[in-house]
Amino acid sequence: MTSFATLLYKELLRFWKVAFQTIAAPILTALLYLAVFAQALAGRVEVYPGVPYVSFLLPGLAMMSVLQNAFANSSSSLIQSKITGNIVFILLPPISYLEFFCAYVLASTVRGLAVGAGVLVATLGFAHLPLVAPLWTLAFALAGALLLGALGLIAGIWADKFDQLAGFQNFIILPLTFLSGVFYSVHALPGFWQLASHANPFFYMIDGFRYGFFGVSDVSPLVSLAVVGVSFALVCGAALALLRSGYKLRG
Amino acid sequence: MSTPAIEVRDIVKRYGALTALDGVSLTIEPGEFFALLGPNGAGKTTLISIIAGLARADSGSARVLGADVRTDYRRARRLLGVVPQELVFDPFFTVRETLRIQAGYYGLRGVDDWIDEILHHLDLDAKADTNMRALSGGMKRRVLVAQALVHKPPVIVLDEPTAGVDVELRQGLWQFVRRLNRDGHTVVLTTHYLEEAETLCRRIAMLKAGRIVALDSTDNLLATFSGLHLRLRLERGELPASLAARAVAGEPGGDPSRVTLRLRDYAELEALLAELRQARLAIAEFELQPPDLEEVFVRVMRTGAPSGSPVTPSKSSPAA
Repeated sequence: MTSFATLLYKELLRFWKVAFQTIAAPILTALLYLAVFAQALAGRVEVYPGVPYVSFLLPGLAMMSVLQNAFANSSSSLIQSKITGNIVFILLPPISYLEFFCAYVLASTVRGLAVGAGVLVATLGFAHLPLVAPLWTLAFALAGALLLGALGLIAGIWADKFDQLAGFQNFIILPLTFLSGVFYSVHALPGFWQLASHANPFFYMIDGFRYGFFGVSDVSPLVSLAVVGVSFALVCGAALALLRSGYKLRG
Repeated sequence: MSTPAIEVRDIVKRYGALTALDGVSLTIEPGEFFALLGPNGAGKTTLISIIAGLARADSGSARVLGADVRTDYRRARRLLGVVPQELVFDPFFTVRETLRIQAGYYGLRGVDDWIDEILHHLDLDAKADTNMRALSGGMKRRVLVAQALVHKPPVIVLDEPTAGVDVELRQGLWQFVRRLNRDGHTVVLTTHYLEEAETLCRRIAMLKAGRIVALDSTDNLLATFSGLHLRLRLERGELPASLAARAVAGEPGGDPSRVTLRLRDYAELEALLAELRQARLAIAEFELQPPDLEEVFVRVMRTGAPSGSPVTPSKSSPAA
């Protein structure tokens, strides 16, 4: 077993051992959102012609879960290891920074996708989802999970305390996911907020993911994929530069 | 000449305004049992961290069996096993999972036989499938030792492995580490228990404020800085001036009837006893103590680098 494969295995085993908390709990959260919003808005809002609100909402909820859980996985694993000190077990062996990066980001991607898939499966009975372009759906789910896994890695490296990580999560990740058109189409927003939404990379991930289900979106999926791709490249570059320099990991 | 197990050259490490290591050079030969001593904050752990790749030096170089810890880090890290000072563990895994994962990080698989052997020697057989969280402190410490050995490194560094460990476990641990040393492993040890360093290690480096202030064989250090101690309790009388010069300063406010005299060797004893007889002192207690590393340590730390101390990284008396 190579160093990389072992680190990936360890990261997967880590969240799997607490799957109730890392997979089941976020699925339940998504179901609660669905219950509340569907109850409040179903029948009153029609975002795309012919698409009921609950159908519109479901892909957004699934993608939001993918993103939040991919971020949570790498960031919380790293900060726990840093604070408890067991990060030393990973820093002592001959693991390159690239292997380190790939293992953490891939494990986060697996968790993000597992939760997203779980949300879709758990909500199958609530509404009809057509899935007209599954490859787009898959591409955005994968790209979004990779991006947030890498972002979580940066947050985990940067944060020295759980408090700082919670700040990152609550003041950056949560607003960006909520203001990304999960619960509405950005076309329904006033001018400024519509413009602001277009500066939010999360918007493109949700919009592109939803395109795969309905074949309709606010922005062309190609544009969305390009935005997500560029964001991913930037975040990867930053994460790799941090790991290479040993920032906050190798004093 | 063989490649040194550890070779450190002119290492400087600063943390902001603090210079943790100020030009440390050190060579440890293969097969040595070496002690790195110094008070808290002297730079021992920083030095170990640099050798292990956990920290990066501002300047200077470090090699493990010839492999540079920066440019050839994969080889350097495979050759080195480190038992960290802090009692750390991953609460998600059992003992066996922990060891399998650690072996995998070094590219090893199918090493269950070796894992069983280590567990047996560290008396952890019964705990192999227990979660790390459920282990006592002493057991967690032993798992740390096992983790450092799982990839069979020829050079082993133990950073205060016996801090907070009970006597029985400490002895068991030393027995095991001694065996590893006999089998050819180079062992580097930092400890606060000086008697451990004295009995186990053949060569010692003392660090103070980021510099090596003494580096020699344990025997030479003891002979140079300690010598014999003659402890007396006087029933009456005072030491004559000639003997008072030999007295080791006692504790302030201590019992003035208790005095300790320093002797270079046993040959001086006869003359000293004659002087005591002449001074007509009534002696209530009399005890001769062999050289003691604690005294060497205290004297070296108090005076910095005393004259005659081989502070250069010369291999003054490397063990065979």
